[in-house]
Parts: sequence; C-alpha cells; structure tokens
Amino acid sequence: MTEPLLSVRGVETYYGRIPALKGVDIDVHEGEIVALIGANGAGKSTLMMTICGNPRAREGSITFDGQNITQLPTHEIAALKIAQSPEGRRIFARMTVLENLQMGSIVAPPEHFAADLERVLTLFPRLRERLEQRGGTLSGGEQQMLSIARALMSRPRLLLLDEPSLGLAPLVAKQIFDAIRDLNKSEGLTVFLVEQNAFHALKLAHRGYVMVNGLITLSGTGASLLARPEVKAAYLEGGRQQATP
Amino acid sequence: MEVFVQQLINGLTLGSIYGLIAIGYTMVFGILNMVNFAHSGVFMVSAFIALNALLLITTWFGVSSMVMALMIIMVISMVLSAVLNWTIERVAYRPLRKSFRLAPLISSIGMSIFLTNFVQVTQGQRNKSIPPLFHKQIILMDNGNYTVAVSYEQITIWVVTILLLGAFWFLVTKTSLGRAQRACEQDQKMASLVGVNVDRTISITFVIAAALAAVAGSMYLMYYGVVSFSDGFVPGIKAFTAAVLGGIGSLPGAVIGGLIIGLIETMWSAYFSIDYKDVAVFGVLAIVLIFLPQGILGRPDVEKV
Repeated sequence: MTEPLLSVRGVETYYGRIPALKGVDIDVHEGEIVALIGANGAGKSTLMMTICGNPRAREGSITFDGQNITQLPTHEIAALKIAQSPEGRRIFARMTVLENLQMGSIVAPPEHFAADLERVLTLFPRLRERLEQRGGTLSGGEQQMLSIARALMSRPRLLLLDEPSLGLAPLVAKQIFDAIRDLNKSEGLTVFLVEQNAFHALKLAHRGYVMVNGLITLSGTGASLLARPEVKAAYLEGGRQQATP
Repeated sequence: MEVFVQQLINGLTLGSIYGLIAIGYTMVFGILNMVNFAHSGVFMVSAFIALNALLLITTWFGVSSMVMALMIIMVISMVLSAVLNWTIERVAYRPLRKSFRLAPLISSIGMSIFLTNFVQVTQGQRNKSIPPLFHKQIILMDNGNYTVAVSYEQITIWVVTILLLGAFWFLVTKTSLGRAQRACEQDQKMASLVGVNVDRTISITFVIAAALAAVAGSMYLMYYGVVSFSDGFVPGIKAFTAAVLGGIGSLPGAVIGGLIIGLIETMWSAYFSIDYKDVAVFGVLAIVLIFLPQGILGRPDVEKV
C-alpha cells in the first residue's frame, strides 16, 4: 500500500487537564472518503481541529503528504491545502457570500479564482442567487453549502467535513452527500468526514472509524462497519435501518 | 449666524482629528475586544515626532516649502508611530493574549503611563511650539464686526482626512487585507483555518491605527502650533468617547462620533461656557449611552474591523 496522505499516530489532545483524545491512529489515503462516527463528546470534532493545529496535539504526530505538521501554525496547515468545514459551519456572518468564498480562496493561486468560483456555484446553485447577501442571513442548509463551498475554494488536497448533515432536512443532506460523492468520483477529492448520521456516512465512505471516548474502537470498510452488530446497536437506531449494498 | 458658521468650521476640523484617532480605538477593539489605552499616548508621541521632524528638516535640510515640509513630517510621523505601535503590540499585548481578559487592558494603561512619562523626561515638561505653517486664511463672510474665516490649516485637515478615510474605506471593504481583518474580527479561529495569519493581521491593524493617529497628531500640532506631553490624555479620551458614541467596533461610527464630539465642543464653547465644554461632551456621551447603549451605529451587523 502507498504512503497515506494523512496519517495520525497516537495523538493525544487535552482541554486543560481533561483528555479529549487518548491516542488516536487514523490513516486517510489519497482519493478516499473516510468517515469517522461516534457519539456526542467522543472527540470527533476535537480530532478534526487537532489535525488543523488548534488545539494542538500534546502527544503523537500528524503527518500530511510526508511532512510532519503536528507543530505547524494553523494558517500554515491551511496553506498545505487542508481545508475544513468545521463544526457549527462558522460562516463569516457579516461578510457577503462572495466575500466568504474569497476568504476560502486565500491559499489558492489568485488566477484560479474565477474558475473555482464558477465550479462551486455550479455545485451549489443556491449560492449563486445569494452572492451579495450577508452570510448570517442564509438558512442553515445554505450556510452548510457555503461552508463546504468555502473549503472547496482553496482547491483542497484534503477536505475535512465536520457534520455536514447536522440540522439539515433529509433532502438537503442528501444533496450535500451527493455533491461530496461526485467530487470524489470526478476529481478524486480526498475527504475525511465526521458524522452522527452513521448510516449515510458509512454508505458514502470507502472506509470508516468508530470513536468512543477519545479512542478508535473499530475500523474497516464502510460496508463491513455497517454490518457489525455493535455499530448497528450503538449508532443505527437499534439496528432498525439496514445497510443496503 | 456668523458665529455659528465659524464654529461649524472649527468643529468639523476638531472632529476630523478626533475621528482619525477614534478609528484606532475602534479597530483594535473590534479585533481584540480590548480598549487600547496606549492609543492616546501614541497620538501624543506622533505629534512630538512630527515636531522634531519639522525642526530637523527646516533647520538642517533647509526645506522651505511648507507644503513639502508638512508632507514629509506626516510621512515620518506615520512610519515611526507605526513602528512604535507595532512594538507595543508585540511587547505588551501579544504575550498576554491567552491570559485573562483584563491583562492586556491593564498592560495598555501601563504603556500609556510609560509613553507619557517617557516624553515628559525626554522632551521636557513645557509646551513645545512651532511657527505657524501657513499665514493665510480665506474670508467667507464679513459683516463689519465679525469675520468668518477658514484657515489653510483647516482646509488641509479636511482634505487630508477625506483622502485618508477614502483610502482606508477602500482598504477595509475591497482588499484582501481588509477582508482578512474583518474575518479576524468576526472569528479568529475560522480565519486561521482558511489560512489567515491572525497574528500578522493584528499587527497590521496596530500599524494602520498608529498611522491614522500620526496623521491626526501631525495635524493637531499644525493646527494648535503647540504640543505638550500631557496632550495625549484629553484628546485621547475624547476620541475614545467618539468611538463609544458612534458605536465601538463601527468604523463609520468612529468618524461620525468624532465629528459630533468636535461640534458639541465648539458649539458649547461659543454659546455657553468654554470652561464647561468638556462637561458638555461627556454629558452628551452619558445621555446617549443611557438611551442608545450600543452607540449610534453599534448594531451587531455593522461593518467592523
């Protein structure tokens, strides 16, 4: 197997003296969609932020494309084309949609801006109608689209998505999952996503990890995780929803 | 009527100076959520830099054109004040950024005291004065016993303020640096996630704030012809009042607040008592804050840096 694009080894992160991650190992290979599932407070979002250096890992190492990024400042990690659509979307509420997208393109070469803008607006046509509107006035679904679009503006090599379906109507969530799948198929975009919606996430992903209390307890292909009884019991509403191939 | 027009002219001039200082307060507050008490000190130091630069270039280098001299001292003062404010942020605020909320505030009070005393020791306690740069004024109205005039100094202050505000507005709303500043003001964590160097953006904010204060300081010196080490305090506190009145964090608010404070001060001096002009200024502030606690333009969706 080739060297993974992102490799997380034994990472421990603390909030004050409280451990949030207790030695996490994760690999993401180029062109893969990898899902991380787990309950509230398991440390999923902390892992996403730790990859970006805020909070910083106290132990362990994070390697991206062969480079150790564990101690790199957040903005330099962003410059390596690791883009994140973080927990809570974090749209710049008092900036227009266009300005939000311009913020996303900071680390991309400026000559690509027009083409990249066209690309994300084709992907999310709703944003085109709202270009001059302030980010804070968008609906939740539109903000989620904007957050992903902003991340895509940097032409990421690795896209980190934290709960892309949170609080969205099922139809909108499906649109977003479809968009992620298309980007992965057509452009080979590497995606690492955190989801509470385990069924959809594991169906979308090539591989998945299950996190419990700051530790990875299970890993495997999306389909194999869906078939595991303990995953069904814990994350798939008592196994009511069945995996469909 | 004549008195009113004359005081309007004087008030707008004074208000321009307050407005330029107020922008510095409001910008730093927007990005760090901290009132930078050292800003009035930077304003005062910039006036002294301008004073010394003027003496230097007129006596040693023999620059005789006043317009030329004014431009040179303004640029020198802007550059040196920017370096000073950059250093202050680096030394006194940045190490405290992860500390408790009041720490940088206390540090800024300390810096303010340091700057005042440093200038007192190095420049002396007495007022320092410069000769008037222009001797000309334009007479607008003359009814026999009262002349309404606008001096060349006042016109200079207006023109410089308008040009500077135009450039500054363009910077904040249209450039990537301005976007980065607004992004840091709204969400520093997210700004760093998209690749903004937050520390550098904060440094640049202090540099811009100092440059604007330095223009105000140079023009203050030119307008009054005299400056003393204690001159930072009162104009500084009035500019801070202007920023609060306009809505702290709001850039247009700072300018509007500055003009209002300048006008209240001059109008009160003309029609009531000059001794009570500062009482009037702060009285209006108190009244506005009772009925409009967020200030005139201090709504949450206002453009801020």
